Amino acid sequence: MAPTASSTLIEISDVSFAYGQRPILTGINMSIPRGKVVALMGISGSGKTTLLRLIGGVMKPTTGEVRVNGQCTSELDSAGIYRMRRRMGMLFQFGALFTDLSVFDNVAFQMREHTGLPESMIRDLVMMKLNAVGLRGAHRLMPAELSGGMARRVALARAIALDPMIMMYDEPFTGLDPISLGVIANLVRDLNDTLGTTSLVVTHDVQEALDVVDYVYYLSDGRMMAHGTPEELRANTDPLVRQFVHGEAEGPVAYQYPARDYGADLRMGGRRAA
Amino acid sequence: MQPSPVSGHSLPSVRRIGANAIDTVLRLGYATRFIGLTLAHSGTSFARPRLIVRELYYTGVLSLIIILVSGLFVGMVLGLQGYQTLTTYGSESALGVLVALSLVRELGPVVSALLFASRAGSAMTAEIGLMKATEQLSAMEMMAVDPIARVVAPRFWAGVISMPLLAAMFSAMGVFGGYVIGVVLIGVDEGSFWSQMQSAVDVREDVMNGVIKSFVFGIAVTWIALFEGYDAPPTAEGVSGATTRTVVTSSLAILGLDFILTSFMFSAA
Repeated sequence: MAPTASSTLIEISDVSFAYGQRPILTGINMSIPRGKVVALMGISGSGKTTLLRLIGGVMKPTTGEVRVNGQCTSELDSAGIYRMRRRMGMLFQFGALFTDLSVFDNVAFQMREHTGLPESMIRDLVMMKLNAVGLRGAHRLMPAELSGGMARRVALARAIALDPMIMMYDEPFTGLDPISLGVIANLVRDLNDTLGTTSLVVTHDVQEALDVVDYVYYLSDGRMMAHGTPEELRANTDPLVRQFVHGEAEGPVAYQYPARDYGADLRMGGRRAA
Repeated sequence: MQPSPVSGHSLPSVRRIGANAIDTVLRLGYATRFIGLTLAHSGTSFARPRLIVRELYYTGVLSLIIILVSGLFVGMVLGLQGYQTLTTYGSESALGVLVALSLVRELGPVVSALLFASRAGSAMTAEIGLMKATEQLSAMEMMAVDPIARVVAPRFWAGVISMPLLAAMFSAMGVFGGYVIGVVLIGVDEGSFWSQMQSAVDVREDVMNGVIKSFVFGIAVTWIALFEGYDAPPTAEGVSGATTRTVVTSSLAILGLDFILTSFMFSAA
């Protein structure tokens, strides 16, 4: 699948990023077509979240460029970045709901901050967004009264409050029970298709993600190792990708953190010497 | 490579002193930039006064109980101690002056600022630190809302506005406590208690200087509390450390600033 330029919403070309001397991302190329759900996978520490931050304009790439809807993020000033973010929705790993606001006020937050809409209209919109995630009845609750899965859904309703052009999900499945996990996975797909947005899902929950996404990018150690449709990735024979997709303990990614000789750590040598 | 015995011990500690010094200067720089940003992004707070009013409730109104009760007790102790000392010179009629001047000039601003730092300042640090740790501030930024304008600035102005008011209420409550002990319980002449106070306490010299002090303390405490919260490492340890630092640093800042302000005020008089 090679998307044509006009249908591409996010274009990442030759992006590298480093914290000081420590490289996080190296030579990343990626393009996300409009209207699709794209997954960005990789083990913890592979640079997925950093890539998400580059797209959100939180950080700027050391080299290369990130284009969102044709605009290069490095060329935008902070007002421009804020303008761009108004059209982005982001779901954080644990929801990041504002704990001092009720469910209703959380979803209404962006509408009140960015639009001059009257309260009556905001109320209707909030109810519609909450209805889309099945939590219209919970609008009076405070975040502390919600379960993990419900909090994630409220956060999702808040993220789609202004009908974003791009939805970004940072580990949306982490720490959820199987039912909530399935609910969130289906919501990601349904919201994308009904709202006509484009979604980027950063995750390491392979099976859930492969079921709902259109295209997968696999990141390892800051490099793009593989990409393709879910079927192509499942059939991929590269040992690194195979190990990840099938969740095997043994493979190129070592289970053991580098350590010295096991015998030496158990002081077998010391006892012999004594 | 074998380090020499001397450099092996002294160099790391010398290096640590250097690192701490650089770190302190860096943090001072960040803090200065932070207050600059807060002032520059205060427009939202004044365009939407409800943001400040909400924080006034949390920082000011909720601190009232501790401020009023402490003021009452400090005033009562001043009444007792002052009476003891003044009777030695047969001038217990000056009790009102002693109580009022001690409170308005020193105890009111200083003690209420110390209480404010531990009651409201620590709460501000913990709240902002936890908002950061739970990604609420990042979420706000991703929603194109500046956390400095939306979260920090309203709290800053609420602290700056409520501090002088709290100090005034502390002093008023203290004068009342001194009155209860001195006049009602011990029996100092009520007329001389109030009239001597009225003639000796000057609005500009005493009351205004006290207000200036509490205003400066309000800025210092709120600034420290907000910066520590915003700068806290996003972990449980980080937030608890930041909360402790808020109380310690602002208490020291209050006492240090009090000395500086008092010496300026005396030299001007």
